[in-house]
Amino acid sequence: MREKYFKKEIRLSGSGGQGLITAGIILARAAVLDKMKVTQTQSYGPESRGGASRADVIISNENFYFPEAIHFDIFLALTQEACDKYVENLKDNGILIADNTFVKNIAYTEATIFELPFTNIATEKLGSALPTNILSLAFLVRKTKVVTENSLKEAVKNSVKARYVDLNMKALKLGFKLADEYKEEE
Amino acid sequence: MAQIPQKVIHKYLRHEKKFPHVWCPGCSNGIVLGTVIRAIEDLKYERDNIAMVSGIGCSSRMPVYVDFNTLHSLHGRAIAYATGIKMYKPHMKVMVITGDGDSTAIGGNHFIHAARRNIDITVIVINNYIYGMTGGQFSPTTPTGDKATTSPYGNIDSTFDICKLAIGAGATFVARTTAYHAIEAKKYIEKAFEHKGFSVVDIISACPVIYGRLNKKGTPAQMMIDMRDNSLPIAQYEKLSEEEKKFKYPRGIFVQENKPEYTEKYAELVKMFQKPEEQGK
Amino acid sequence: MAKNKIKETSSKKQEMVLMQGNEAIALGALAAGVDFFAGYPITPSTEIAEILSEELPKKGGKFIQMEDEIASISAIIGASLAGAKAMTATSGPGFSLMQEGIGFAKMAEVPCVVVNVMRGGPSTGLPTSPSQSDIMQARWGNHGDTPAIVLYPNSVLESYELTIRAFNLAEKYRTCVVLLSDEVLGHMREAVVLPDLEKVKIINRIKPTIPPEWYKHYKNNPKYISPLASYGEGYRFHVTGLAHDERGFPTNRADEIETLMERLKNKILHHIDDLVQIESYMMEDATRAIFAAGISSRAAKEAVNILRKAGRRVGMLRPLTIWPFPDDAVRKYLFDMKTIIVAELNQGQLSRELKRVMGGVWNYSKQKKRKIVELQKNNGEIITPEEIVNLFREVR
Repeated sequence: MREKYFKKEIRLSGSGGQGLITAGIILARAAVLDKMKVTQTQSYGPESRGGASRADVIISNENFYFPEAIHFDIFLALTQEACDKYVENLKDNGILIADNTFVKNIAYTEATIFELPFTNIATEKLGSALPTNILSLAFLVRKTKVVTENSLKEAVKNSVKARYVDLNMKALKLGFKLADEYKEEE
Repeated sequence: MAQIPQKVIHKYLRHEKKFPHVWCPGCSNGIVLGTVIRAIEDLKYERDNIAMVSGIGCSSRMPVYVDFNTLHSLHGRAIAYATGIKMYKPHMKVMVITGDGDSTAIGGNHFIHAARRNIDITVIVINNYIYGMTGGQFSPTTPTGDKATTSPYGNIDSTFDICKLAIGAGATFVARTTAYHAIEAKKYIEKAFEHKGFSVVDIISACPVIYGRLNKKGTPAQMMIDMRDNSLPIAQYEKLSEEEKKFKYPRGIFVQENKPEYTEKYAELVKMFQKPEEQGK
Repeated sequence: MAKNKIKETSSKKQEMVLMQGNEAIALGALAAGVDFFAGYPITPSTEIAEILSEELPKKGGKFIQMEDEIASISAIIGASLAGAKAMTATSGPGFSLMQEGIGFAKMAEVPCVVVNVMRGGPSTGLPTSPSQSDIMQARWGNHGDTPAIVLYPNSVLESYELTIRAFNLAEKYRTCVVLLSDEVLGHMREAVVLPDLEKVKIINRIKPTIPPEWYKHYKNNPKYISPLASYGEGYRFHVTGLAHDERGFPTNRADEIETLMERLKNKILHHIDDLVQIESYMMEDATRAIFAAGISSRAAKEAVNILRKAGRRVGMLRPLTIWPFPDDAVRKYLFDMKTIIVAELNQGQLSRELKRVMGGVWNYSKQKKRKIVELQKNNGEIITPEEIVNLFREVR
């Protein structure tokens, strides 16, 4: 049972309506299924759509208390604004996943960077930009292993409305595939 | 009625309460209190089942004197307190005794929204055109031009017609009468109590000591005579010319209609979940 | 280590779920037996109303959305007098509007629970950002002088537990109990295992058993609290916000008023031990301490862990009961500290109170150069563990 100390601070950021808080909740649910300690917090403006939005998820195998991500191990940026605002808080050995549909410039960072046009891919291959959150989350999970993929699938099923389960399962699969292919490209 | 009216009233008063009451000689509040009690007596309501709620003001002192479930709440809030009681115990007969300032100035918001919901509460407004308890400031029903301690040069505000306000907000029983027409008042109060839905009885009343004195309305008796002479049944009032209408006001039942009542609608909502197939979902 | 009385409620394993703070408050209320909720939408408390609007009808409980917060507090007091376990939830601006009603509930001794999920103020302030700036309003917000019972959790599980406790205390002490939360805590999700419902202690108000004609709902007694009947059950009693005698009738007699006011005070002050809850963390050998509540105490605890790893003897004291203020615990745990950092999201509301308690004893030992250091944030962001750690390094 006794594993190596594990604690990951994850920030998912973009603008309101991109489903980042939902993605954060799903990631946190997956962590609960993995029997991890987890907190999920969020920050958002008054708008339901547009405006800056972020969700923080902290996952650890030991008790921790402070619930907001300060130095991220993993940082997902779906907009240029979000990337600019938070990239400096990414750890040097961290991972940045950027949606280059919108993120065109990334300020200097020591972190590993993955860039893919998630929004465009979702629109083209899934017929809608809506599952961009799940698509990019799947990519993130396969690349970082912060939660198990089974738990992620389970969490998606538990979190989205029944009529969207299929679409989101497709998004998951595609996200995993993109992660695998990305490795090949490198 | 075989009984002497006073004896009926005594049956309902709280004798351990330190009488005399706080009301001035000539005040209409006592007439309304007597009328409410006689209505309750004749309707044979179980007094354990009656909640009388008031806010703040002269009229709002009424609950302390009568032997019901009584709540003397905050200024303007009586209807909101009453809403809590009615919502929680819909079988109770819930009434609000209020004044013109209490119900339509500070409590105006609660008044219109209770009317909109059509919750089964009877609101009896003792409308004497003045804030009596604080010493005579003008209220939303003080006639334009009249004097009050805060309108020494005459009131420049326009006035609320409480009945029109209630109708506009969706009340399903709305009537007006005066303290002079005590028999008629009893009839309207009974109808209001029996009505399922939000009911308002606007009772034009006399405050001879403050409003009357500031506006030279004469003796309490003269103010009663004015109520008799200045008010007309709706049908007669409607026949008047616009010019004549300026000096009179209509009495009678303006609205009496059946619409779904709020606590009943809520009960239906709850019923939805009582079906066995709905449970455990 | 963690000295937390209410943890005894959790025992038999239930399923672990991801839950939001506001959701935990709503579920805690349901566990406590809430059967009446009146409220008005306001960020960041709205989820509580939303959940209860869905859940209460299923249990035959009552939910009503009122026209404003004044109506909401009024409606829950009315319902409570009719026998309900009643609650409302709001945030700063709505909490301000409710103050007159809260005063009424305290004066007329009507059990009810008011949740205030604190956001940045004053005025409209920061609707979607946290603060802890209603600590004092929760104590002194209503006009007139009477003590208050105010609780403040720091986790999702504790939000659940302290909501139940808020109801229990409201019913037991016949008063309005305020449960504070904050925007981060209210919206934060954590993995929780809710306690087994059967093991949760629920307190219901004591009802009179004597005949109605003998009933005095404000009678003084050794516990300072009299049974409370419900409207519509044969006890035709009077309730007023005016100063009143033991039957609830208005009075101007100084002796009767004094009896009332002393009783309202004593029923809280003579039960401090029952009311006050604190958590002391790593205080056994500490020479320096952090004093913090709610969301700030999460950073404090993390900071203690960081400093402990660096070999610093630092501890944390956290009040779960904000009011009555834990004077005795503060004296007991903090008296010997060389430095106390008070971390809070306001301009010094807790530290002001801490200074009141420590003032006497600390003046006495002035020569030892002990100090209270204030760490305050008022910009919509929360205090981080790093900020506390750095401050300790600065002031050492």
